[in-house]
Amino acid sequence: MLWVECPNCGSRPFEEYRYGNVFPVTPDTITDADARNVDYAWMQDNIAGVTLERWFHESGCRRWFTAKRDTTSDEFLPLDG
Amino acid sequence: MNEFVETLLDLPWQVGDPKPAYDVVIIGAGGHGLSTAYYLATRHGITNVCVLDSNFIGSGNSGRNTTIIRSNYGIPESVAFYQHSLEMYQQLEAETGCWIMHSQKGQIWLAHSVSTARTEQTRALMNQAMGAKTDYIGPDEIKRLCPQIDLSGGGRYPVHGASYHHEGATARHDRVVWAYAQGALRAGVHVYQHTPVTGLLMDGDRVTGVQTPKGNISAGTVISAVGGNVTTVSNWAGVRLPIRTHALQAFVTNAHAQEFDPIISSNDLVFYVSQTPRGQMLIGAEYDRFASYRQATSFAYLQACSKKSITMFPFLAKLRIMRSWTGICDVSTDFSPIMGETGVPGFMISTGWGTWGFKAIPAGGEQLAQLVATGSAPLIEPFGLDRFAKEAAMADPSSAGTR
Repeated sequence: MLWVECPNCGSRPFEEYRYGNVFPVTPDTITDADARNVDYAWMQDNIAGVTLERWFHESGCRRWFTAKRDTTSDEFLPLDG
Repeated sequence: MNEFVETLLDLPWQVGDPKPAYDVVIIGAGGHGLSTAYYLATRHGITNVCVLDSNFIGSGNSGRNTTIIRSNYGIPESVAFYQHSLEMYQQLEAETGCWIMHSQKGQIWLAHSVSTARTEQTRALMNQAMGAKTDYIGPDEIKRLCPQIDLSGGGRYPVHGASYHHEGATARHDRVVWAYAQGALRAGVHVYQHTPVTGLLMDGDRVTGVQTPKGNISAGTVISAVGGNVTTVSNWAGVRLPIRTHALQAFVTNAHAQEFDPIISSNDLVFYVSQTPRGQMLIGAEYDRFASYRQATSFAYLQACSKKSITMFPFLAKLRIMRSWTGICDVSTDFSPIMGETGVPGFMISTGWGTWGFKAIPAGGEQLAQLVATGSAPLIEPFGLDRFAKEAAMADPSSAGTR
């Protein structure tokens, strides 16, 4: 079973959480304002590897927090690591 | 020996390494890559084609789905596209001469509430208008089609009605891949397994070929039919995709007597059940909510999905889970596929196959081949990558993942 470390509640089963996606980052190479809006609204980095993302402890403290996770192994990593 | 072994296909592989240049190079030898190659060769006479795969053919999501073929989608363009694909599947054994174990079963989409019943009535009307055979049916008809169902839904999920998609079907996924591989190979297409593409060759902003450990291969057109790592491939060409990759789990039970005829889905509970030709009950649900490339199954999923399916089909409680698997689905942000031009010359794409890729293999390949050969494919025109910038996203309320 996958366990997620909540900064407030400690290690809890991942079913208690809601996934909040990564921080949307529009590449600097896109300069046109409309194109930047399209990118922000629809496009995804979809990284295969370590991502910085938001999780919501829905069935626990009901607070959002930032986590670092490897999407190829679902392993949660220390934020400062 | 049995009929399953005796009917295995002979695949005439090429020996040696790929040529240094082809008209078309397709990355990914799954259903979509091979069907595109097959139709390029058989419908348009373009045989100078090479299909590359990092593993063996059908080793990705073509071998990790739940083999359901249906066209009861929720927007007109989708229904038209999937209905065409469904009809091509019905003809595929006659066309290729390969037994793909196609079996028309009918698909029932249950409604457990008045509002969902209305959704299913809408679906039936929309489908009829677009030429897909779907009717709204009541509980008595559902019980007649599937005697194993508990119409009270364990007292919690009573069945109000369902949409019945008459031409819903299943086919053996490996055999579909093999049928297209054999057809393509016989027509002179080159298929190289265990040949990963490690990069794209670029000339300015044009894609001119691919890099592999067996050397560079130049191509007039490069098509990405990659499942799972499509974002990595398109990043090489500088193309941003509205794709997030999620794991989708499914499982089969031990064998049960052949008596479960239809494919049954529940809109409210979100799961589906069908019976394979070997008698196993095949059960699946929605994809995992968080993005992941990990092909692992979880106990939590098996437990939740078993509970839902036993609620509607109490006989399943006596069976055991025998085997589970996970595919990694490229889910587009509007839950519709993305096919065709990417805006980068020489680079086309077939992706966003979320949870609806298997059923689209024939039409997806046929239309993409037509686009390469003639420059026009009306059926997939609404599904181009440029739809997002044009504010013409194809948000489909009837895709399996939308809820």
